[in-house]
Amino acid sequence: MIRLEGLEKVFPAARGQAAHHALKGIDLAIGKGEIFGIIGRSGAGKSTLIRTINRLENATGGRVVVDGVDISVLSSVELTAFRRSVGMVFQHFNLLSSRTVFGNVALPLELARVPKDAIAARVAPMLDLVGLSDKRDRYPAELSGGQKQRVGIARALVAEPKMLLCDEVTSALDPETTQQILDLLRDINRRLDLTMVVITHEMSVVRDLCDRVEVIDDGQIVEQGNIFDVFVKPEHPTTQALIAGEIEAALPKSLRRIIHEGPGAPGENPVVKIVFTGPNAYEPIISQLSRIAGIDFNILAGQVDYIQNRPFGILFVEGKGGLAEAEKAIAFVQSRNLSAEIIGYVDPDSVPAG
Amino acid sequence: MSIQILSLLANAAWETAYMVLVALSIGTALGAPLGVMLATSGRGELFELPVFNRVVGGLVNATRSIPFIILAVAIIPFTRLVAGTSIGTSAAIVPLTVAATPFIARIIEGAVRGVDAGLIEAAQAMGAKPLQIVFKVLLPEALPAIVLGLTLTTVLLIGYSAMVGAVGGGGLGDLGIRYGYQRFRPDIMAAVVVVLIVVVQLIQTAGDRLARRLNKRVR
Repeated sequence: MIRLEGLEKVFPAARGQAAHHALKGIDLAIGKGEIFGIIGRSGAGKSTLIRTINRLENATGGRVVVDGVDISVLSSVELTAFRRSVGMVFQHFNLLSSRTVFGNVALPLELARVPKDAIAARVAPMLDLVGLSDKRDRYPAELSGGQKQRVGIARALVAEPKMLLCDEVTSALDPETTQQILDLLRDINRRLDLTMVVITHEMSVVRDLCDRVEVIDDGQIVEQGNIFDVFVKPEHPTTQALIAGEIEAALPKSLRRIIHEGPGAPGENPVVKIVFTGPNAYEPIISQLSRIAGIDFNILAGQVDYIQNRPFGILFVEGKGGLAEAEKAIAFVQSRNLSAEIIGYVDPDSVPAG
Repeated sequence: MSIQILSLLANAAWETAYMVLVALSIGTALGAPLGVMLATSGRGELFELPVFNRVVGGLVNATRSIPFIILAVAIIPFTRLVAGTSIGTSAAIVPLTVAATPFIARIIEGAVRGVDAGLIEAAQAMGAKPLQIVFKVLLPEALPAIVLGLTLTTVLLIGYSAMVGAVGGGGLGDLGIRYGYQRFRPDIMAAVVVVLIVVVQLIQTAGDRLARRLNKRVR
């Protein structure tokens, strides 16, 4: 549905700033009904990338093809029509403060000169969809961040677009509200079979929302694939760094402080990180481990997530024994196609009880 | 205070109101489009016309740098051309309008520039045409600031209208100078000052209130 072919963007030098090569040959294909994530650090070029799709930014090379039409050659009249078929949601909502919730959602229809009664008939179900029917006559200043973003989403959907561009839509929201907005977008994607392009710097957004992801770094795609694979086996350092934040969250700071790298002193216990993925993720691994290694394992920390309905878990365990037993345990885990490694050693007396 | 003085005052107040309101209306009609153009014709903006922007900006600055009393005298030939005469209340409207237009243009420019650029971008993403952006986004969003600016302009014009009194324009200023100053009637001078203070207070209060009512940003 959306195809980017060798997309280039160079911002020319201006006002003492050197020219900036923001996009360096991006190739990408996004299918109908897909939620496609583009993740990268700030300054990686992801915002520029999404803005070239509706030509808020003109590419300096390559092509953007949507439904077989090359966007870069559209006349201004055609571009206006095309933009009306693409909804966009923004990080800072970009709502008109002078208009009510209803007025904001109605704006795209007014711009397209839809008659007044038809506008009312189309705005109401949108407000329903995002759960804001009771705020119809409120002004944006009276709404919470999450509610404002719901208005932004309703506004982006009211003209029945064929795709939705989401530019850091949850970056200004707290975690709980973020989750609600992501759920809403997922729900909309399923109900309307709407193609979505999602820009974010938050791995959790990609994990909870997207089907496929592209990692962009310094204007180039460095990794691409379905969410689960990218999450479980990140290959590029940038991807690993983005995911590390998620994984490290599983190991509390207080524990990280007392775990040190090997070799372990006598009396110290090895700490093993076990990553559960795939079909064996549900196995009762800990009790088996104890039996096979002949030592007890103390669970220090852990977390189980579901990515695209597949379990993805991380467990940090302390082996109550020596290195030999720990290695035996690791070999067993690996034989079950799960990954395990010793990440350090810990003095058992320093581990908080319980 | 005698009936006579009251009638003089009422007549002068009416003349002032007439001059100020007409100059304000024409000045807004001319200055608003100029202001919108000034705010949107810079490099990389909605109606990119950098040369136009610089020329109009220069003209506006030039007009605004001339003290009003000098401007009023200097453009007398132009006033005669437009109004047929250079004396009287109607003629005074010409220099007042000439002074008000660039002032209002800058006021509107500032108000429009105060609108978050993200809103322009959002409107463009919705497929808004440039004029739709002006009328559906920029002006409604800038309205509270525009109202405050026009209130300021009105007060300024009341002051200027007193100066055109000096060149035969009529109005409260004229009354103050001719009766209060030249005929040594401090009571009339005081009455004029009181009326001006009250009127300016009322206008400022009304403008502030209206702007606050229109501003939906803070609740």
